Amino acid sequence: MAPSTDSNVKDENSQVSYKKDINTKTGRILQNKKHSNDIFDVIEYLQSEKDKEIIFATNACKRVFCQLFYRGDLYVGDLPQEEELMSGDRSAEEKYRIFMRHRYNNCVELLLENMGHEAFQVKEASLCALMKFVEAEGKHPLQNLDLIEHYIFPRDLFLSCTQTLVEHLLSTEEDMSLLISRFQEFLEMDDVRYYVMSSVRDNIYRVMGRNKKAVIPVYQNNVYTLLSNINVPSQGSKIKHFLVKQACKFALLPWYCPYKEHKRAFEQMWLLFLKFKLPSSMYKKILVILHESIMPQMSDPTLLIDFLSAAYDIGGAISLLALNGLFILIHKHNLDYPDFYKKLYSLLDPSIFHVKYRARFFHLVNIFLSSTHLPAYLVAAFVKRFARLSLTAPPTALLILLPFICNLIRRHPSCRVLIHRPSAPCDDPYVMEEEDPAQCHALESSLWEIKTLQKHYHPDVAKAAMKINEPLTEQEEEISEVLELSTFELMERDLKAERKTIPLEFDTATELLKSPREVLGVHFSLE
Amino acid sequence: MMRKQQTFSRGLSDKVRKSKAAPEIQKNPFEVKINRKKFDVLGRKSKHDVGLPGVSRSRAIQKRKDTLLKEFRLKDKNNTFIDRRFGEYDSKLTPEEKILQRFTLERQRTQDRKDMYNLNEEEELTHYGQSLAEMEKMTDVIDSDSDSEEKGLLSAELTATHFGGGGGLLRKKSAGDDEEEEHKPRSRQELIEELIIKSKQEKRERQTQKEEAQELTEKLDQEWKSIQNLLAHKTPKAERTDETDKPKLDQYDMMVRELGFEMKAQPSEKLKSAEELAREERQRLQTLEADRLKRMMGDAEEDAVQTNTHISADDMNDGFILDGDDRKTLAYKDGKWNIEGEEEEKEDEDGDEEGGEEEEEEDDEDDAEGEEDDEEGEDDDEDDADEDHCDLQSDEGSEDEDGQGAEEEQVCAEEPPAVSEEQKKAAQEAAKAELPYTFPAPESYSDLKQLLQGHGSEQQRLILDRTLKCNHPSLSAGNKAKLQKLFGFLLEYVGDLATQNPPDLRTVSALIPQICGLCQMFPEAACKAVQTLLSDSGHSMEETLEVKGRAPMPDLDMLVLLKITALLFPSSDFRHPVTTPAFLFLSQALTRCAVVSLEDVCKGLVLCCLALEYVSLSQRIFPELLNFLLGLLHLTVSDKHNMGYTVVSPFRRQGKSCDLLVLKDPNVSHSWNRKPISLQTAHRLPAQSPVERDHYRLSLIDSCLDLVKRCTWLYKDLPSYAHIFQPIRALLLKHLPVEGYPAPIQDLHREILDAIPEKPSQHAPLVFKKKKPIPLKLFTPKIVQILDYGKKRGNTKEEKERERLKHKYKREFKGALREIRKDTRFLAREKLSDVMSRCVKRKVKELYGSLATQEGEWKALKRKNRK
Repeated sequence: MAPSTDSNVKDENSQVSYKKDINTKTGRILQNKKHSNDIFDVIEYLQSEKDKEIIFATNACKRVFCQLFYRGDLYVGDLPQEEELMSGDRSAEEKYRIFMRHRYNNCVELLLENMGHEAFQVKEASLCALMKFVEAEGKHPLQNLDLIEHYIFPRDLFLSCTQTLVEHLLSTEEDMSLLISRFQEFLEMDDVRYYVMSSVRDNIYRVMGRNKKAVIPVYQNNVYTLLSNINVPSQGSKIKHFLVKQACKFALLPWYCPYKEHKRAFEQMWLLFLKFKLPSSMYKKILVILHESIMPQMSDPTLLIDFLSAAYDIGGAISLLALNGLFILIHKHNLDYPDFYKKLYSLLDPSIFHVKYRARFFHLVNIFLSSTHLPAYLVAAFVKRFARLSLTAPPTALLILLPFICNLIRRHPSCRVLIHRPSAPCDDPYVMEEEDPAQCHALESSLWEIKTLQKHYHPDVAKAAMKINEPLTEQEEEISEVLELSTFELMERDLKAERKTIPLEFDTATELLKSPREVLGVHFSLE
Repeated sequence: MMRKQQTFSRGLSDKVRKSKAAPEIQKNPFEVKINRKKFDVLGRKSKHDVGLPGVSRSRAIQKRKDTLLKEFRLKDKNNTFIDRRFGEYDSKLTPEEKILQRFTLERQRTQDRKDMYNLNEEEELTHYGQSLAEMEKMTDVIDSDSDSEEKGLLSAELTATHFGGGGGLLRKKSAGDDEEEEHKPRSRQELIEELIIKSKQEKRERQTQKEEAQELTEKLDQEWKSIQNLLAHKTPKAERTDETDKPKLDQYDMMVRELGFEMKAQPSEKLKSAEELAREERQRLQTLEADRLKRMMGDAEEDAVQTNTHISADDMNDGFILDGDDRKTLAYKDGKWNIEGEEEEKEDEDGDEEGGEEEEEEDDEDDAEGEEDDEEGEDDDEDDADEDHCDLQSDEGSEDEDGQGAEEEQVCAEEPPAVSEEQKKAAQEAAKAELPYTFPAPESYSDLKQLLQGHGSEQQRLILDRTLKCNHPSLSAGNKAKLQKLFGFLLEYVGDLATQNPPDLRTVSALIPQICGLCQMFPEAACKAVQTLLSDSGHSMEETLEVKGRAPMPDLDMLVLLKITALLFPSSDFRHPVTTPAFLFLSQALTRCAVVSLEDVCKGLVLCCLALEYVSLSQRIFPELLNFLLGLLHLTVSDKHNMGYTVVSPFRRQGKSCDLLVLKDPNVSHSWNRKPISLQTAHRLPAQSPVERDHYRLSLIDSCLDLVKRCTWLYKDLPSYAHIFQPIRALLLKHLPVEGYPAPIQDLHREILDAIPEKPSQHAPLVFKKKKPIPLKLFTPKIVQILDYGKKRGNTKEEKERERLKHKYKREFKGALREIRKDTRFLAREKLSDVMSRCVKRKVKELYGSLATQEGEWKALKRKNRK
């Protein structure tokens, strides 16, 4: 206990001392140009070992240089070398400015270095300070004034800044999601976003090229986190939000007249990212957000077709997810996808009832099969396959599946033979292994599986299966409300229902493992 | 009085109205008035086209004279004499009819019950005019033979007089027909008289006979008494040697008194033979089973009425059951009165009474200890008595209709046979010696835990048993709530026992009867408690699933709870508030809980067993169960390539824990032998040697295969049987490393493969259920009843009826008004005529008077003149 308090005290002392030190020094620097050499000490703190000192120093630097920007105490124009400073014939004022400008450059370098620091707070503080500098530089350009007619963006700083930033953000070693989420507020700014997008593109190109297209999960995860945070506004007129605010009379520059440019940058960035091989979890993540946050922001979503068909061919849950994107392409962008239904048919296997994206899948399948112009053999094949798969499905899936099958039969009256065919007993002609829906003889079969499910243990399922006993009603059943039904919700239905009487088992038990229909006791013993 | 008068007057008026006018008047054209019709409607018959105003008026006046006038005359006059004999004023009745009617009325009056609710007042039953009660009071038995003889004797006269005689009798009498026809009433009277005389004679004869018989029996009695002493000596002597020294007279008196006080035989309980009892029990079970099946089909789902429990109108729904029902019914066994039980009971009771007395004596001695002890002692007695009842019932094995009784008794009856009787008794004695007899109902879970902890499982059961008995709802008002709470605590306690290390499942098993008993007492509370537990763990599982994507297998406490649920509630119901959620919980656990260790496999297997148990009666399909079994078998396969089946969640085709059941050492199968797996291993598998682990694996595989076999039995009849088992068949056939398994498992494997057909069997394609044909539309005319013609009143039937009645009322009201007016007019006229007549009399008198005075005066004058 004691030593720790000691160290605490010491810490406090040192803390107080360094705070005081930095505060007095920054005060002095700003007050009087005489003390401008103190800036060295402050900058030195940026290389300190202690996180707190660095953070404090960072904030101090931020304060100092912002003030200097504001005063115009930083040299504008091409910066002469520091060695030349003495030799040159300049006024003291000018010399001071050049000096300060050099310190500023030092400071920026150090801050960029600090971006790679292991402590998150340090990184965060450096990030904020840098962005602050970018903003200040935009207001008070350090470039030569001959370009004054154009809108000045602190390109040098910014490019270097974003590049290093992106480099750090998109680390190949560690997960940077925290910092990226911090960075997100700057991504709201349209100009920042634009430059970030282009530098991300470069970065991906470089990193992936270096790694010879192998999978780098951490890096790709970082990229994904950053990318998924980038949102291009849906309308060009909304691009008004800039980090560097200036009179907007120049509509020529890319980051200003930009909507198309923005979109293109966005598109190129994503396409580049998707071009490389991805881990399967990344596929899932991207596909989940693809139709909502990526496709609408692209100028030409059809370019995604390669990615989507590749994903669709992977199989399993990824295929299910790729369906959504494909659907949008087919539906809105006039894409022709040969053998779409055949592929969809082959997607159906017992695992579809157990994946997380079951609701989405059924929603889409419902849409795909809603057309009344589909051939009867195709619908029958789907119905029969669904019925066969239903033999392994959990009750929540069955509650979707059974009404869905009934709906399909309703939409396609020629499929009614599946539930009503007065003829002699026969084998099931349906071939489950056949991949082609046209060859599987589903239309000659009958839905014995649904008949089997009439004996399902859950009353709702059994009732739903009972419906095929009688001619189906005209009205289709709504399946959208059961799509998201979870087992617990289903359980609660029965738990909350009011019941007047509770029937009891009349054979009273005497032992745990002793009942008229004992199975557990046969295999297990109490001891 | 008034009522009588009214009826009487109404009778009169009816008579008056009915008398028809003479035909000559009807024909008299001066009397006839023809009502002119406005329209001639074809086919309509009118009663009123011709009227006889004069006749009807005179009839009305006559009627008033007969009724109203009479009343008027009698007005304000007290002491009227009304002859209220039946039909006195009815001139239409013949005197005989009058007499007959009066007789029947009299009989009816005597037999009318004065009070509907007075059950004691029974009508006096008679036989031949004699009260049966009187006859019963007679000391000797009525000679029933003669009775029946007389009853059987249907003499010709009798039938003739009573029923008019049969055809044969009529033929016989046909000769004297004309004679009889001439004076029919007289002959009838004569016949009746004759009959009366005859019956009187017979009666007299019977009486004399009876008297004679009585004398004879009395004589016999006296003779019997003289020998009875001899007989009475001997028989009791043989039985009770110790009581011989007592005087006989005493004994006799005692016997008499005993007999006097002995409860009268109750007609409600018939002596039941063993077969009858068995039949009754079977019937009870059959009805319960039928009820269960009905619920299974889902027919009775909405049927709120529970048929298996009869609820009396006086039931307060407090679980109180009349103790009287605990009495055993008499039963025959092999033609002998089934009496051993009773004897035992008697002995037991005797013993207990003695014990109780002793205790009381002790109490008396320890008076200083105060009242508390006394109370305790009393309680003890009660308890003892209760237990004895219990034991008794168990010995007896007799069945009661009463649910609680039956249950208690079953609880005791089916003691585990493993423990010998002596041991059990000894244990009970020991427990009795240690444990107090009364326990307060625990108010909280910690109370219960304190109460039960530190005792053996059998003792815990005893403590609980006593707690239940001490706090039976019939004993105090608050007990019901306490016991309801106790059920929840018990479940919690059971959960704790199952999760502690090592799990104490013996105790759980021992507590089952009590849990069952409580559940039978309070189904609603039990349902709520189990539902809460299910919902809680279901919810937590759902949450972990959402956060982590997968959940651990449920713990042993949940497994035990699911098992208890199956014991308490019928899992075969189509929908049940407890078992349906339990099904879903099982389903959830079987699809979403990761299997990463052998313990998980064991738990999963337990879940499978439970699932199979749940559906074994109803034969419902449980897809998750089959999926899980397939997944478990998949764990035994080491080579996971080109499979002919797909495994679904929670299993994966390949991965980290996908060869949990692959044997490490192929030689262990020789040393393996089949034995039940301990449930405790589901909680934590003890550290074992590799061989033991392999043995454990083999046991798991064995159980798994056995479950598959049971499933094949269960789902044999489903139309998709072959498709359901196709994956399992593929796995068993091609992938299961069965060569490395011991022989019993190989046998099992072969059996399963035999049970699953290679090719699906043929089935008839589905057809819709045949609907009832809708009857054709018929062209019969729709018949609408027209209540009255004329104006259409109202639309619906009720409205029409209302309107009709209104109309009728109006008409009647008008008629009544008119009648009243006529009445007053009539009365006024009568009064006037009275006055008039009175005036005339006075005038005549006056005239006579004046004439007399005139005459007198004239005579006086004459006399004077003479003088």
